[in-house]
Amino acid sequence: MKKEQIEKIVHDDGIGMSLIVKTVARMMIAVILLFGFYIIIYGHLTPGGGFAGGVILAIAYTLMMLALSRKIALEKFSDFWASFWDNIGMLSFIVIGFIGLSVGYFLYNFLWHGEPFHLISAGIIPLANISIGIKVGACLYAIFIGLSIYGRVIVKEEEE
Amino acid sequence: MALFIVILILMIAGSVVAVEIKNMLSAVIAAGIVGFGVSVMFLFLKAPDIAITQVIVEVLSLIILIRITTNADNEAIEKKIDNFANIVGLIFVGLFVAFCFWAFVDMTAFGTPIMRVSQHYLSAGLEETGAANMVAAVILDYRAYDTLGEAVVIFTSILGAFVILRSRGKKKLTEKDMEKVGIPE
Repeated sequence: MKKEQIEKIVHDDGIGMSLIVKTVARMMIAVILLFGFYIIIYGHLTPGGGFAGGVILAIAYTLMMLALSRKIALEKFSDFWASFWDNIGMLSFIVIGFIGLSVGYFLYNFLWHGEPFHLISAGIIPLANISIGIKVGACLYAIFIGLSIYGRVIVKEEEE
Repeated sequence: MALFIVILILMIAGSVVAVEIKNMLSAVIAAGIVGFGVSVMFLFLKAPDIAITQVIVEVLSLIILIRITTNADNEAIEKKIDNFANIVGLIFVGLFVAFCFWAFVDMTAFGTPIMRVSQHYLSAGLEETGAANMVAAVILDYRAYDTLGEAVVIFTSILGAFVILRSRGKKKLTEKDMEKVGIPE
């Protein structure tokens, strides 16, 4: 979707919530996404981790869907891609486990542990955090899509 | 401890309001008190990981519940007092509380857990895994199987949710589909 179309939707009173909510939501979504990625990537150093960060990512897209409109949210991140990233996250976690199996045992921490308190440390733990974060974020966003709009969108496509 | 008792009373009051109130939106918001109270308690018990997860999941579940209940049928069900059901319910709740008391009376006091396995995690966890956050070290290294199981549970639940929620928009059966699935005529 091009920038002019988004501007048009933001200034249209008929779509989504009021202009103030839409403007603030557009500014906040990027910050919320950044905070979610921070919680995921620093999961092995600070409180948080894959699950909490993933839910924050899902909340950012849920805010986009509620405040702006269903059209923009599905244009940015459709239900197909939510399902796709859900599968990718699950698959990558299992693949990490099986690589460990080829070295020692299942989910073996095979990578170099590094120095403690550094960003690149703790072997597979950051990788597993990232895969779980992607999985949980896409999955909860997909649940929100399914609960709020799923039937309606498909019926609409059939009518067209 | 006094803070915990205040939060516990608030949570019980919130759940009673959620059950008794007639407006659905107010009931959902009152149910949210329980979740946020739990997250505050986790924070004071020095478990920030769980507190973060609890508060975020509570926000998302409240958004989903409000989104659903604002469109749903908002009429309250008429109250019928069923004495037999009330008495049976009270008896079973009493039995449950009694068994809980017998089960919990042998446990260690609040705040003094048995540190047999967890002492090893705390003392050797940083060397063995290299993770500064001990919670991440436990859930993704020592107990990674549990995390895998949790991820599989969420994955399966979203599969089920997709299958159930799609049913409204499914296309109608044609003869071609019947051939593919093998439905006899």
